[in-house]
Amino acid sequence: MSNNLFFRLDWLSVLIYISLVSFGLLNIYSATYEQSTSLLWDLSTVVGKQFWIFVGCLLIFPFILNIKSNFFEHLSFIFYIFSILSLLGLFVFGQKISGATSWYTIGGFSLQPAEFVKITTSLIVADFLSGIQTDIRRTKYLFKVSLLILIPVILIVFQPDPGSALVFFGLFFVFIREGLDMRWLFIVLGLVIIFITTLLLKPLIVSLVAWFIILIVFRLTKKSKTKLNPFLITLGAVVFFTFSVDFIFNSIFEQRHRDRFNIILGLETDTKGIGYNINQSKIAIGSGGFLGKGYLNGTQTKGNFVPEQHTDYIFSTIGEEWGFLGSFSLISLYTLLIFRIVYRAEKQNSTFRRVYSYAFAGMLFIHFFINIGMTLGLVPTVGIPLPYISYGGSNLMALSLMLFIYLNFDSQRLS
Amino acid sequence: MIKKFVLLSFTFGSSLMFLLQLFSLQIYNQNYNELSLNNALEKRPIYPTRGLIYDRNGILLVANQPVYDLMIIPENSIAFDTLELVSFLELSKKKVISRLSDARRFSSKKPSVISRQISKEKQAIFQEKIWKYPGFYFQKKTIRDYSIPIASNILGYTSEINPSEIKTKNDYVLGEMIGRQGIEKTYESILKGKKGFQFFQKDRFNRIIGSYEEGAHDSRPEAAKNITLTIDAQLQTYGASLMQNKRGGIVAIEPSSGEVLALVTAPSYNPNLLVGSTRSENFNNLVNDTIAKPLFDRGLQAEYPPGSPFKTLNALIALQEKVITPETIFSCNKGHYYAKGAFMKCHCQIGSRNNLLKGIYNSCNSYFAKTYVKIIDKDSTASVGLDRWKNHLEHFGLGNYLGYDLPIGKKGFIPSSSYYDRWYKEGGWGPSTVISNAIGQGEILATPIQMANFTAAIANRGYYIKPHFKKPNDKIIGDSLFSKNHTLIESRHFDTVIEGMHQVVEKGTARVAKIQGIEVCGKTGTAENFIRLNGEKTQLTDHSIFLAFAPKEDPKIAIAVFVENGYWGARWAAPIASLMIEKYLNGEVKRTWLENKMLNGSLISEYVKPFSGEQFDINE
Repeated sequence: MSNNLFFRLDWLSVLIYISLVSFGLLNIYSATYEQSTSLLWDLSTVVGKQFWIFVGCLLIFPFILNIKSNFFEHLSFIFYIFSILSLLGLFVFGQKISGATSWYTIGGFSLQPAEFVKITTSLIVADFLSGIQTDIRRTKYLFKVSLLILIPVILIVFQPDPGSALVFFGLFFVFIREGLDMRWLFIVLGLVIIFITTLLLKPLIVSLVAWFIILIVFRLTKKSKTKLNPFLITLGAVVFFTFSVDFIFNSIFEQRHRDRFNIILGLETDTKGIGYNINQSKIAIGSGGFLGKGYLNGTQTKGNFVPEQHTDYIFSTIGEEWGFLGSFSLISLYTLLIFRIVYRAEKQNSTFRRVYSYAFAGMLFIHFFINIGMTLGLVPTVGIPLPYISYGGSNLMALSLMLFIYLNFDSQRLS
Repeated sequence: MIKKFVLLSFTFGSSLMFLLQLFSLQIYNQNYNELSLNNALEKRPIYPTRGLIYDRNGILLVANQPVYDLMIIPENSIAFDTLELVSFLELSKKKVISRLSDARRFSSKKPSVISRQISKEKQAIFQEKIWKYPGFYFQKKTIRDYSIPIASNILGYTSEINPSEIKTKNDYVLGEMIGRQGIEKTYESILKGKKGFQFFQKDRFNRIIGSYEEGAHDSRPEAAKNITLTIDAQLQTYGASLMQNKRGGIVAIEPSSGEVLALVTAPSYNPNLLVGSTRSENFNNLVNDTIAKPLFDRGLQAEYPPGSPFKTLNALIALQEKVITPETIFSCNKGHYYAKGAFMKCHCQIGSRNNLLKGIYNSCNSYFAKTYVKIIDKDSTASVGLDRWKNHLEHFGLGNYLGYDLPIGKKGFIPSSSYYDRWYKEGGWGPSTVISNAIGQGEILATPIQMANFTAAIANRGYYIKPHFKKPNDKIIGDSLFSKNHTLIESRHFDTVIEGMHQVVEKGTARVAKIQGIEVCGKTGTAENFIRLNGEKTQLTDHSIFLAFAPKEDPKIAIAVFVENGYWGARWAAPIASLMIEKYLNGEVKRTWLENKMLNGSLISEYVKPFSGEQFDINE
């Protein structure tokens, strides 16, 4: 079996994984570089820690590969319960670091359970959706599976760690893949569009435009059977949503939240306060030009102009030192990885394994989309690491494990 | 099944969006590149020290000294002890506060000057306290240091470039020095050198954390070149002392090379006044002195009627045009009637019969009036004759800029036929109308340097070399600055005129200029002049003029001296010129009685006359 495993393994994904982590180490080194050279395996440095976690991941890799996929399927509920308990435990034993109670600290090491909840939730969703009677198109099941996701999401939001919570929305793609009505996708997209336009324009104007569009659609689709009611309900919903967005944004959001949106939407220019990060990140990336300034030669990186540059804003180092060419390659690698996972998932004969793989791809996408989008100033600032690149032990470990489980499932596709 | 492609299309769409944004930031929008250079790097200029200026004998005239500007970068400053700063700067509190707010308004990130040109000693005291003033720092600068305070009119001065000039001169930055006037201006590019740059990596607190890429982009300053002037510092100093308490100018030229040996204007100013923190105050005082006009270079800018020395040129023209010969004799009866009822006075005896030589050394007005009439009347109309005469004069460097290497000057004036046609109607004038030109009065105007220049042309027997103030490093053949400008007079005609000029000193009007052992040639002049006083044209005491060159054979120096309101030529100008020649050729002056008379002589009482508000006599 082990001999066969070697040939069945998705080596392309493994290769992308190793490239990403190595490239990440290089850039963490650069982002934290302080003139003096340090050794890669020096545990007192940020790079050293990340390096040893990577080594640890590679060591457990063979073990994960050799577990039967049934093991994960059967124990998914127990894993899920344990992970939920670990989230609850944070409120009692958790360590508050930079405003969020997201970490357990044991000895010198800190662990972020939310990262591992991504795995267990993916497993439980996969387990639930692979049930023989389960049909996500039916409200009952949709409600149940949504509940499974919302429990950890709410617990994480309360830490508060909105970035990690947001990652779970990657599972929405799983629902769509597993048969959820496409209208849901349009509703979600519609809500996002209305949300943004409401912030840009006045709610009254958005309502009027919505009314106008609905009127046209109604006229165009007018057949004998077409009823007016659904259109009226939609219009009512849109108007209600518009005004509630306006209300929530202005009355419930705190100023710092409002600022993040306002800067992205160009409603405010503030290059010193909250807009500083985004502005400096854009300067750093922009100054890279086509070929970049060269490794360890980024002036913005050296001057520490971009905060959190070895974690959430690592892409700005890449953009500055490796230029358009490096950034292009990195984005291509992520795209390739997600495409690869989806491609292999579609070939799965087991629903459980397919759903899990899909969930993994969806979560990777959210990481990728929000992190790079934020660094490029396209998405509001949300603290989310760049998978396999950003510094962060729990994140690297959890996402590595998630990849290994996917590789395991993928290799068992034919068995 | 479309649902399989939802995630893929989102991924693909996002990647595409990211690449577009990356393209826009990194390739399309070059703005971000500059922004990065602005906030992560500091480009610091390294200035080469400004070139030194030497005299023709290697005596150092202009050197440099360090001063310090107190600078501020408002962004980096925090609350500080304003009173201590105020007391250090010795400025009013209001002024300091307004400068601080100006700096903030200009830029919070870029440095502004709070106080300029603080001396080395003062800077040392404050340097110990500067840690209490984050955001403040001293910027070292060099300013000029004049070891011998002479020749300010030649050297010019430097001052900080002003904001409006920066728009046209883009290699300068606010606060840098630029040459103004004189040699400093003409040879700015040589004296300035080329500044170098050093790049530093900054962090987000604007602190310098090291050199950028180990100085790979740094450029070294290119050392400025020194300049050697043609000026003889000793002669220049001597000339200035002879001219003290007088107004006027001295220009001395080496005829064989066109090198200006001395250019004295009086009154002048000490060049050290236009250096350091009191510069602008002193400058305003100099500008506001509209009576003595110390910033006005009388050697280059003053246009005087040349007077009698001009007769030498008319003689040369007449000889060349063959309207007279050296043997031509004109009679004089204390003057003559040049037209009906129009008499030109002369100091000749009644019944004098002068040939050209005698005409020159006796400075006979009648002789040259009659000669001039012949020049003008040579052709069918006066216009043709006058314009030919003008053409001759232009070849002596008159009536236009000489083209020397200092930035100021005047054209002087030689009238043309069209000029007279404008005044009188065409053909409505003749030789007798313009007769004053014969004796260097009337419409003719020339600057002292023009006069020294034509004296050099006479000394050279027919050519001059454009006067200049900088010794060439390598003589470039064919360079217009050093080529001979030939006059239209054949050299054989010069002998009689030069002999006449020699006789002027030997037995003529300027016997006072005679020097033991040197054959001096000269010509005195006394020029009438007028000013407008309370709206009335008022005649003042005549200007004292003397042109000379020496020795007669192989001349080494040609000189023009003007002393405003000094009365006749032999009274002030001739002795001064003679002393200058003696000093230059012999290195020392033996005629101390004459020297003392000139050094101590003052014309101040003459100059206050028009401003006394009382009636006054002239030519006493």
